[in-house]
Amino acid sequence: MRTINVNDVTQNIKEMCIEANHFLSDDMKCAMDKAVKEEKSPLGRQILEQLEENLQIAGEDMIPICQDTGMAVVFMEIGQDVHFEGGILEDAINEGVREGYTEGYLRKSVVKDPIFRENTKDNTPAVIHYEMVPGEQVKITVAPKGFGSENMSRVFMLKPADGIEGVKNAILTAVKDAGPNACPPMVVGVGIGGTFEKCALMAKKALTRPVNEHSEIPYVKEMEEELLQKINSSGIGPGGLGGSTTALAVNINTYPTHIAGLPVAINICCHVNRHAVRVL
Amino acid sequence: MISEERKIRKGLVIRMNKYITVPLSDEDASSLRAGDYVYLTGTIYTARDAAHKRMYEALAEGKALPMDMRNNVIYYMGPSPAREGRAIGSAGPTTASRMDKYAPSLLDLGLKGMIGKGKRSEEVKDAIVRNGAVYFAAVGGAGALLSRSITASEVIAYDDLGTEAIRKLTVKDFPVIVVIDAEGNNLYETAIEEYSK
Repeated sequence: MRTINVNDVTQNIKEMCIEANHFLSDDMKCAMDKAVKEEKSPLGRQILEQLEENLQIAGEDMIPICQDTGMAVVFMEIGQDVHFEGGILEDAINEGVREGYTEGYLRKSVVKDPIFRENTKDNTPAVIHYEMVPGEQVKITVAPKGFGSENMSRVFMLKPADGIEGVKNAILTAVKDAGPNACPPMVVGVGIGGTFEKCALMAKKALTRPVNEHSEIPYVKEMEEELLQKINSSGIGPGGLGGSTTALAVNINTYPTHIAGLPVAINICCHVNRHAVRVL
Repeated sequence: MISEERKIRKGLVIRMNKYITVPLSDEDASSLRAGDYVYLTGTIYTARDAAHKRMYEALAEGKALPMDMRNNVIYYMGPSPAREGRAIGSAGPTTASRMDKYAPSLLDLGLKGMIGKGKRSEEVKDAIVRNGAVYFAAVGGAGALLSRSITASEVIAYDDLGTEAIRKLTVKDFPVIVVIDAEGNNLYETAIEEYSK
C-alpha cells in the first residue's frame, strides 16, 4: 500500500496543462520535420515550416501553440495498491486544471451547460477517465483537446459483414469529410471493437500513443500504414490547401466486441496533438 | 491599396504575394484571387460563435450592430489571454463553418472579408459572390506565430463573453491565403484536385 496526497495530483496536473499547451512531444516534432522534407506542394511546405516556427515561438515566448487550449482530457491509470489522502481525487484533478489554465494564461473554453453555454471561466471540469491497474504507481496523462478537430470525429456502428474494408472506408470518410476544418496535418486516432463508448475511448487514447509507434498486432500495423498512405494521397494537404501531408499518423486500438457488431470510432486531432505524461 | 511581389523559390513561381490595407476596399476585394497569399495591415475585428449569435439576434430585433460592417473584415478567432506587456495571446483562426448561418446577413450589410479556416456553405459562397467579398484562411494551429502580426487589441463589445467578445485588432502584415474569391473560385477544391492521386 502506498499513500499519495491529492495535493501532489493537483500540482502535477497544473504543470502538465501548461506544459502540454506550450511543448509537443519529441515524436510529434520528428514527424513534422519529416513532413517538411517530404511535402510535395510548395505552399504545403511553407505552411509546415510556419507550423514549426510556431512551435518554436510557443516554447520560447511561452505563448500557447494554439489559442484553442482545449478541454482538458485526463487519463488516470491508478495502481490498485494506491491510497489517496488529503481530499477528493476528482476535486484535486479539477483544481489542477483550474490553476493551470488560470495561472498559465490558457484559454477558458468550457461552458457549464451544452445548451445555455455559460463559460465556467476556469476551464473546468476536465473530462476524466479512470483505469485501475496493478501496482502502486499513478500514471497521469493530460491531453488538452481542441474542438476544430474534435468536431470532425465520428462513430460508425458497422455490421460484422462490413469487415475490414468497411472499417477502412469509415476512417477514410471521416478524414475526407474533416478536410481543412481539422487543421491538417492530422493525427488520426481509431478505436475498433468494444461497445459504442468503448471504441470512442480507445480512439481518444490512441491519440496519446507516440506517432512513430505502431500497433503490436500485425494486421493492425499493416492497416495503420496502408491508411496513412491512402490519407496522404487524398490531396488535402497542410491547412487543407493541397499537398501530400494530410496526416502524420494513424493510430489504431482494438478490443473484443459482440457477435452482432463492429463499432468504429475515429477521433481526429490536428497537428497540435498535445499530451503530457507523468508517473507518480 | 495593393502592392504585389512575385516570390521565386526553388526556381518556381509559387503564387502572388500581395500587401493590402484593411478595411478592405471594394476594388481590392474584387481583385483578389483564390490562391493569392496576402498580408493584411490595418484594422480588423474578431467575432466567433457567441458574438455572431448576438449580432444576429440584434439584427432580428432591429438593433444596431457594435460596428459598421461596410468594408470591414471579421476574424473568426478567440484568443488565449495576453501575458503582461503583450497585445494578445495565441491568436489563430477557428473553424469558419460554424458562422455559416450568420455570415450571409453580415455580407449583405457590407462585410468585405472573413478570416477563418475550413469549408464554407454554398449560401456563404453565394453571398461572397453577390457582395464582391473574400474568404481568407489563416493557418490553423499557428496561433503563436500569428500573434506576432497583431500589434494592438481592444474589446469593443460583449465583454461578458470573455474570449468570445468582439475585439478591434491592429494588424501588421497579417498572413492569410485567399480561399474563396469574389468570382466564387474555391482554393480548397482546386488545390486538393492537384495533389490527389
